[in-house]
Amino acid sequence: MSWERYGDAFLLALGQTGYMVLWTMLLGGLLGLALGIGLYVTRPGNLLGNRGGFSVLNVAVNIIRPIPFIIFLTAIYPLTRLVVGTTIGTEAVTFAMILMAGFAFSRLVEQNLVNLDPGVIEAARAMGASPWRIILTVLIPEALAPLILGYTFLFVGVLDMSAMAGYVGGGGIGDFAIVYGYRQFDWPLTAFVVVVIIVIVQAAQLLGNSLARRALHR
Amino acid sequence: MTEAIISLRGVSKVFPGRRAAVTAVDDVDLDVYEGEIFGVIGYSGAGKSTLVRLINALEHTTSGTVTVAGTDITKLRERRLRPVRAGIGMIFQQFNLLASRTVAGNVAYPLRVAGVKRAEREARVAELLDFVGLTDKAGVYPSKLSGGQKQRVGIARALATSPRILLADESTSALDPETTADVLGLLRRVNAELGITIVVITHEMDVVRALCHRIAVMERGRVVEVGDAYQVFANPTHAATARFVGSSLHDVPTPEILERLRRRHDGRLVLMRMQSDGGASGYLTSTLREHGVEGTIIYGGITEIGERPFGSLTLELVGEQADVERFVADVTVRAGASDLGTAAAPRPLPRHDERGSVR
Ligand SMILES: Nc1ncnc2c1ncn2[C@@H]1O[C@H](COP(=O)(O)OP(=O)(O)O)[C@@H](O)[C@H]1O
Ligand SMILES: [Mg+2]
Repeated sequence: MSWERYGDAFLLALGQTGYMVLWTMLLGGLLGLALGIGLYVTRPGNLLGNRGGFSVLNVAVNIIRPIPFIIFLTAIYPLTRLVVGTTIGTEAVTFAMILMAGFAFSRLVEQNLVNLDPGVIEAARAMGASPWRIILTVLIPEALAPLILGYTFLFVGVLDMSAMAGYVGGGGIGDFAIVYGYRQFDWPLTAFVVVVIIVIVQAAQLLGNSLARRALHR
Repeated sequence: MTEAIISLRGVSKVFPGRRAAVTAVDDVDLDVYEGEIFGVIGYSGAGKSTLVRLINALEHTTSGTVTVAGTDITKLRERRLRPVRAGIGMIFQQFNLLASRTVAGNVAYPLRVAGVKRAEREARVAELLDFVGLTDKAGVYPSKLSGGQKQRVGIARALATSPRILLADESTSALDPETTADVLGLLRRVNAELGITIVVITHEMDVVRALCHRIAVMERGRVVEVGDAYQVFANPTHAATARFVGSSLHDVPTPEILERLRRRHDGRLVLMRMQSDGGASGYLTSTLREHGVEGTIIYGGITEIGERPFGSLTLELVGEQADVERFVADVTVRAGASDLGTAAAPRPLPRHDERGSVR
């Protein structure tokens, strides 16, 4: 690959990917955490058991999560226009990514909370802790290690989603690989992008694993 | 031990099951007095856990009232129940420690919930860890502790907010016998030194025997027998209780064992009960001598319940026919012994409700 020719375009694409991925990890992660905790605590019989609330959340997650991202991206155009003001570009894609990541992550969060020993929650209740205190000081800290691993897993999915941004003019390294690699029959360029992505994913996985290990207290 | 600190009146708890509703606690009346160690015993599924969870309102009654330290907690809203729960310590079979916090962090947790200031919290944690003998483990995570140590942390944590009541649900059932004895010793100290009323739930008679002043026996949601631990052991009036006593002590031969004993010993057999005054062995020796009869112990066991001796011995009697008759007549009347007859003319084992009724 010749850096003089593609360097600026590549750095721009990398910056766009960084923007999309970081905001999605931050806001989508928070959304997923909130939804996942919501799913867990409203389940009948749990901390804030509420059949109606649980059903609404559960159905929403079930409907949205299986939609292929490329379709989801176009299907929520009206909402995107309302919130972002436009339906094309990096910001519009990021908005759709945040929603999708949130719904996807919510199931991972819920799953990890379900695996918690209910006895620990019972003990906290017996000590007079309020539901909110239990969520913040028991549920999240006790499930932290698997939550970090789930979050790392989410990262790969988010990177995957970001590769489709080019479809609506969002740029990013996925778009870069298609425009300059695939369409120009420049296989080495495509391969270079693949290597960059592998390196990023590996680095994220290493970081996630090591944080999870530290959170485990074993 | 005069005032009831916990009172249950007509308490029922029904779980609306998928197929049929389960009545886990069925119309229970119960008083636990201040300062005592009260045992709730029964087989798995009898409703013991549900019963204690009604005391600190982890479950809500379907009907009836639960009064704790003068407050009817069945009338309180969730928000008002939290301080009530904080005033009742609880320990669990699986310890239920927070894996994400150190030993000190676990003990400090209820103090944080109660809004205790940091300096005071640290002092209290140090004091509690000293009480349970785990000062050197303050900074260690629970996964590094043995079962017995974990339960000590559980006890320290339950005592943090200086509760007047401690609920212990199968608190030693996950521990080996030696560690169990350790933890039971600690609970006895909690009761004796701190004056805390303890409600112990267990399916192990040995725990009751080592610890409890009074007990309630539960079967299918009902309390079928309540009373002084020794009395309940000595005079079980309900079949469930009798099964517990038998499964714990093994002092009375089962019909199969008696069968074997008769094959080995064809003389007159008599079942002698150890009485609570502990004088039985002296009484036995002198009565045998008095009647000119020799007795050989062929079965039995003697142990302690609430620090008083308890148990029975089965003897084979050897002597003149008439002397033996007089001896048997004497001990059955005066000491509540049971005549088991001979191999040739056997008499049945006493039923549970005929068990040693003479003091
Ligand atoms: N949350 C619950 N939902 C439905 N049934 C329950 C629940 N908790 C206990 N039960 C039922 O109530 C009965 C008594 O249970 P439990 O109090 O745990 O007994 P024990 O502690 O004596 O073993 C059992 O039949 C059990 O299946
Ligand atoms: Mg139980």
